[in-house]
Amino acid sequence: MTANIAYDDVEVGTELPARTFPVTRATLVRYAGASGDFNPIHWNEKFAKEVGLPDVIAHGMFTMAEAIRVVTDWTGDPGAVVEYGVRFTKPVVVPNDDQGALIEVSGKVAAKLDDNTVRVDLTAMSGGQKVLGMSRAVVRLA
Amino acid sequence: MALDQSFVGRTYPPTAPYEVGREKIREFAEAVGETNPAYTDPEAAKAFGHPDVIAPPTFVFSITFRAAGQVVQDPQLGLDYSRVVHGDQKFAYTRPVRAGDRLTVTSTIEGIKSLAGNDILDIRGEVHDEAGEHVVTAWTKLVARAAEEA
Repeated sequence: MTANIAYDDVEVGTELPARTFPVTRATLVRYAGASGDFNPIHWNEKFAKEVGLPDVIAHGMFTMAEAIRVVTDWTGDPGAVVEYGVRFTKPVVVPNDDQGALIEVSGKVAAKLDDNTVRVDLTAMSGGQKVLGMSRAVVRLA
Repeated sequence: MALDQSFVGRTYPPTAPYEVGREKIREFAEAVGETNPAYTDPEAAKAFGHPDVIAPPTFVFSITFRAAGQVVQDPQLGLDYSRVVHGDQKFAYTRPVRAGDRLTVTSTIEGIKSLAGNDILDIRGEVHDEAGEHVVTAWTKLVARAAEEA
């Protein structure tokens, strides 16, 4: 497990490069197939509205998968992630148009821990709302 | 109706092994737009010290969630799955999941709470490889929203 970032080069408050991830209906269909989660709230507008949602929403696990990319793209080795947890606070609503939705993710080093690990706190926004809460990863640096 | 507290601590039998394939990892990585070669190129994965391609950190959820089906569909527990939303998710990794792994999941109910009519269920899934070594633990919080009053 070799990260490209050295523990000694990082301070509390170091910001990771922010990323924006687009998500369309096609993205959701593809993710449903790859993950095996075919819950119709992620692809069927009629069903989603019947259960009280504003529209089709992204899988929470899709959003979680995108958010950690800010960490893995920073360290290089995705295997350097030691812990990762999130709370699903708001759904990412994905309209049926050419744009879909955007998930904007930023992260910063919140603590330097033992054994060359750091805790990164992530912020994920979509449509002006925070979609993940308590989004934290512990990652081992070089 | 509130869920039966006596289910806290119940552990379900380990699942049959799930064999992780390189092409399944590639499919998942492409679905989330990943371009890291550690997911698709065994040589790139080896350069990071892994024996084969590794899976993205959240890949294992498809396996642990299927295993949690034993719990959420347990007729004795009586969870109304049509009202369930995913509340929290956490993973703690001993090592990344990789191609060739044959993984079993052992699910345990860690907690049951009732809050404002919502049932909150915490499930822990311990994932082990064929040699019995720990790979990752997944904690999943499911919230069954209160049914509307008739």
